[in-house]
Amino acid sequence: MRNLWQGRRIPLSWLLLSRQPVRLLVALAGISFAGILMFMQLGFRDGLFDASVTVHRLFDADLVLISPRSASSIRMAGFPRRRLVQTLADPAVEGVSPVHWGLMLWRNPETRLNRAILALGFNPDDPFFVDPSLSQKTEALKQKGRILFDQLSRPEFGPIADWYREGRTVETEIAGNRIRVEGLVSLGTSFGADGNLLTSTETFLDLAPQKPPGSIEVGLIRLRPGSDPQQVVERLQSRLPDDVKVLTKQGFIDFEKNYWKSGTSIGFIFTLGAAMGFVVGCVIVYQVLYTDVSDHLPEYATLMAMGHRLSHLLGVVVREGFYLAVMGYIPAYLAGQGLYWFVRDATSLPVGMNATRALTVGGMILVMCMLSALLAMRRLVDADPAEIF
Amino acid sequence: MPAVEIQSLSHAFGQGEMLRTVLQNISLKIEPGEVVLLTGPSGCGKTTLLTLIGALRTVQQGTVNVLGERLDGAGRRRRQQVRRRIGMIFQGHNLLRCLTAEQNVQMGSDLLPDLGYRARRDEARHWLRSVGLEDQMGKLPHDLSGGQKQRVAIARALAAHPRLLLADEPTAALDGATGREVVELLRRLAREQDCAVLIVTHDPRILDVADRILRMEDGSLLPPD
Repeated sequence: MRNLWQGRRIPLSWLLLSRQPVRLLVALAGISFAGILMFMQLGFRDGLFDASVTVHRLFDADLVLISPRSASSIRMAGFPRRRLVQTLADPAVEGVSPVHWGLMLWRNPETRLNRAILALGFNPDDPFFVDPSLSQKTEALKQKGRILFDQLSRPEFGPIADWYREGRTVETEIAGNRIRVEGLVSLGTSFGADGNLLTSTETFLDLAPQKPPGSIEVGLIRLRPGSDPQQVVERLQSRLPDDVKVLTKQGFIDFEKNYWKSGTSIGFIFTLGAAMGFVVGCVIVYQVLYTDVSDHLPEYATLMAMGHRLSHLLGVVVREGFYLAVMGYIPAYLAGQGLYWFVRDATSLPVGMNATRALTVGGMILVMCMLSALLAMRRLVDADPAEIF
Repeated sequence: MPAVEIQSLSHAFGQGEMLRTVLQNISLKIEPGEVVLLTGPSGCGKTTLLTLIGALRTVQQGTVNVLGERLDGAGRRRRQQVRRRIGMIFQGHNLLRCLTAEQNVQMGSDLLPDLGYRARRDEARHWLRSVGLEDQMGKLPHDLSGGQKQRVAIARALAAHPRLLLADEPTAALDGATGREVVELLRRLAREQDCAVLIVTHDPRILDVADRILRMEDGSLLPPD
């Protein structure tokens, strides 16, 4: 450390930047803008993917059974309920719970227009929910024809939450059956579902009479403490017939995310947006560094004539790039936080800063500045100390 | 050992039909501590000779020995090493605009090996005092007069403890009295260091500071008077 201090030199890179405040500000504005663009695009992308699994995260299960024909939460296929019961034979399985899962047509009680809503039917006696307050609310579902409505559903389903809070009895129809809203929950919308409702198995089957009996869409499995989920997945998969797929809870979440990532262009569009930000940033930083090197070319040549090494001068340009990256990242990060807050507030999309994205964007900005510095260096190699006399 | 020893040096620019010979069969010797003036009409090759001695160009023909190093056939890295021991003063002072006077001089003392930051800074301050600028250390070149800038350039050149000092028209941008003052200072400080000095000039007012005057015409040295 002492040697480092002793070996330090005039902070030429820093002085080159700071003694030209206007140019520095332009550069920082450009880098921050690029950073904000990347934060926004990646934030939206991850936020949309996260939103698609809000419902999946509800359940406190270790393993999940689904039909191999299921493609995503909006196209869930059924499988025999027997399979779920068969898993109880495994010593690691503590308990199971079947879930019905499908889209239904909800009639807006105000406009009388129908719209598809995602309905989940489960056993109210043993609801397997992560959130204990949600489990308490399921008590009300034991009566037939009662549902819990997601108050974050889109307004097209009607002013359900407002009416409910006003103390009115909110009733409407699903597939010709009268149902009553018995409580509100907060889940959130996703790509596939504009709204959600929770109900009991019995009510669900009443609302969807065309479903074959004994068929369920999702089977939840809870394991005994201390068992390795991955091992149990492999064991169950080998024992059960091919008409079910065994997943861990994370696997179930990934199954849904992967559908939206690979089955749609959403991921591509937002990644492309982030790439655009990267390119814009590169152009700006390169312009700034190139002009800076060109403007100071006689000075660099003078230093070379004095006997300073070319590598030392290249280091000056690299450090300029590094300082720009650090100074540009900080405002980008703060603005990113602010924008996430704004988006959360306006759209209820679960967009937030996380360490991975903060590092990704930081890394991209660093690469952007270093790349531009490398390109700008080519100009420095042109500096001929013999030309300055 | 002489500071500079040149034998039958020739140099040309361009190629083929455009080939233009700038220096022809030059031989000269400069002893340590000697102050030599090189003068002649513009375009006679003075500056080219200076850049060859200053290890800024590759030698094409002839032998050049500077501070005991052979420059003919020396590569880029080798020439850079030699340049560390040569102080250079330019026509247009060439100070770094973003550095204060003190920092500019320290760019010179930073070339000294095995010296801590503080020692190099003290060295820079010492040389600024020697050129009479102790009150202007924190100023940017922009805020200094022409004579002051040239004195900073002298301090910067000397701060690397050179054994040879090359100056190209150091008085060109200065008025007569200031120019004279700057060259006197240059000579005094170089002599204290036992440092050889080669000044290229066509300013007749400073000819008398030299120990010896070399005259050039059309790429050749004229015989001494």
